[in-house]
Formats: sequence, structure tokens, C-alpha cells
Amino acid sequence: MFEYEKYIRKNKFPLVWCSGCGDGIVLKALLRAIDSIGLEKENVCMVSGIGCSSRLTGYVDCNTLHTTHGRAITFATGIKMAKPELNVIVITGDGDATAIGGNHYIHAARRNIDLTVIIFNNFIYGMTGGQVSPTTPVGMLASTAPFGNMENTFNISGLAQAAGASFVARGTVYHTVMLEKLIKKAILKNGFSVVEVLSPCPTAFGRRNKSGTIIDMMNEQKDNCVTSARAERMSERELEGKTVIGELVNIDRPECSKQYRKLIERCRSGL
Amino acid sequence: MAGKSNVKIHIKTEWCKGCVICVEYCPTDVLAMRNGKAYVKDITKCTACELCEIRCPDFAITVLYDKSEK
Repeated sequence: MFEYEKYIRKNKFPLVWCSGCGDGIVLKALLRAIDSIGLEKENVCMVSGIGCSSRLTGYVDCNTLHTTHGRAITFATGIKMAKPELNVIVITGDGDATAIGGNHYIHAARRNIDLTVIIFNNFIYGMTGGQVSPTTPVGMLASTAPFGNMENTFNISGLAQAAGASFVARGTVYHTVMLEKLIKKAILKNGFSVVEVLSPCPTAFGRRNKSGTIIDMMNEQKDNCVTSARAERMSERELEGKTVIGELVNIDRPECSKQYRKLIERCRSGL
Repeated sequence: MAGKSNVKIHIKTEWCKGCVICVEYCPTDVLAMRNGKAYVKDITKCTACELCEIRCPDFAITVLYDKSEK
């Protein structure tokens, strides 16, 4: 057993999320990752935006901040710049991070500021009634796409990689043990780290698209995901329709808050 | 596979939302559903793999066992 009680605000339970929602699985993986690193609660700051996933900060007993829509990374950037010793973890969703907060997302990756961003990708705006998000797959039904979504999608991980993130990984709620390891690596990495978690929404997405129960949706993850190590040995044709999970990018680049401290030192010593 | 002898599964029914994840992914068929909530059907089969605990989204399952027993 793992003592989750050490890290949660028990009086806020039961969780607000729907039956079968994977967000709770991600929360648990995150708590185990924090514990295995041995971080003290007072040295962790979790920042979230708006959406189902962003309710997570209410349940964790550490420094938490529930901010405005799409601006979680912005608030987190401020915290990291002011207090670089904190481990700042951003909890956000696909709509929050890549639509409303899209610009903040790519620029935080460009700056390579030491934040750990966990993006819960459920392919829909779940909380507000199932509107199309930038990651809703083409052809899927949503409340704002009654005849199927016709727009191309964002690749959340690819976007972070292209913008210059130090660490990018993709995990699923089915591959829970791997998810914990990916989150752990992302927290330990010095630089902008993104973990995109595929967390299916059985209520707003699944029911409308007849994707079946949460079990069917998790089994689909089990069948359709290949690890990045295995994907390297597969041809493009074999990879068609598959989702690559695991570590996607792990590079070292100068980190923003460190560069800022260096600049302060330089200015204080008279340039 | 023989189960472990001193394992206990505690299910907090007031937090359980009946998503069935624990029942479906239990490799040894220990858990089942009753009145929309998970319950322990046959603890003797349990190998304490803790898959139900790590996959329960609602923090409702705790697997307790003596780690010294192999």
C-alpha cells in the first residue's frame, strides 16, 4: 500500500470527477512520484488553470494555486522566477494548455523555464459540456461538432518539442506504472518538462462517440500504444494509427530562471 | 496462482463510484461488484499485486499485506 493520506486534503473527498474518469489515476501517480523523489510538501507548488483536470490542486496538501483559464503556466512562471527553489508543477488540460493558454505554453517551452507541466489530454472540453478542443480527433462528435469534427488537431508533445522543451513524454492512465516514472523524470529534469497524459473522458467524449465504457477506452490504450523505444524499430506504415508513449525528448538547454539569476549577479557586479 | 495468506483489501465504499476498473483489471478475479460498488469476492486468490490500488481513480482501495512474506 501507499500512504496517499500524507499528501491529500481528505476533507475535500470524494473527488468531483465522474465515475471512471482517469484524472484520479494521474493524481495518484503524481503523488507516488513526488514521494519517491522525497520532495517535502512545502517545497512543492502546484498551479492549475480551469477545467476538469485543474480541480486536482484542490485535493493536494501542498502549496496550490487554482488560476484563470489558460494562465496556469503564466502564474507558474512568476512563481519560479521569484522562488526558483520551489518545484513548480503545472496541472492543466488539453483545452487549457493548447487553446486558451496556447501562447503561454509555447513561450514557456521556448524560454525553457524549469516547470513540470502535466497535461491531461481527454480530447474534449469535458467540464463545460463536451465542446471541440484542439485535440479532438477528426470525425469525432462533440457538442459543437454535431456532424463530426472537421478540424486538424494539435500534437501536444510535438508542439512542446518544436518550441524547445527539455523533456517531453506521453503516458496513459492504463500504463500507470510507466506514468509514475515519466512524471518522476519530468520533475527531476531541470528545464521545461511536459508529460502529456491520455486520460479518456467517458462522460463528455465517450458517451457521445459511443466509445463504450471506461474499460473499453482503457483497453484501446492498451492495444494502440507503443513505447517510444519500440516505435524506433517500426516502419511508418506499422506506426499508422498507433500512439507512441514513453519518453519522447530529453535534451539539455540553458534554463530560464538560472539564466536570470546569472544576469542579476552580472548586473550586481557592475556588468 | 496461490494467493498470499495475510493480505487484506480495504474498500472505502463512500468514495467508490463503481467505475469497475478494479474488477476488470484484477488478474486473479478477487473483486466483484455489488449494488454499484466494488467488494472483495475472494481474498484467498489475491497476490497483493496492488494493481487495483494504483488504478482506482477514487482512492477507495487500499491493499494491506506483510511485505516480508514472499
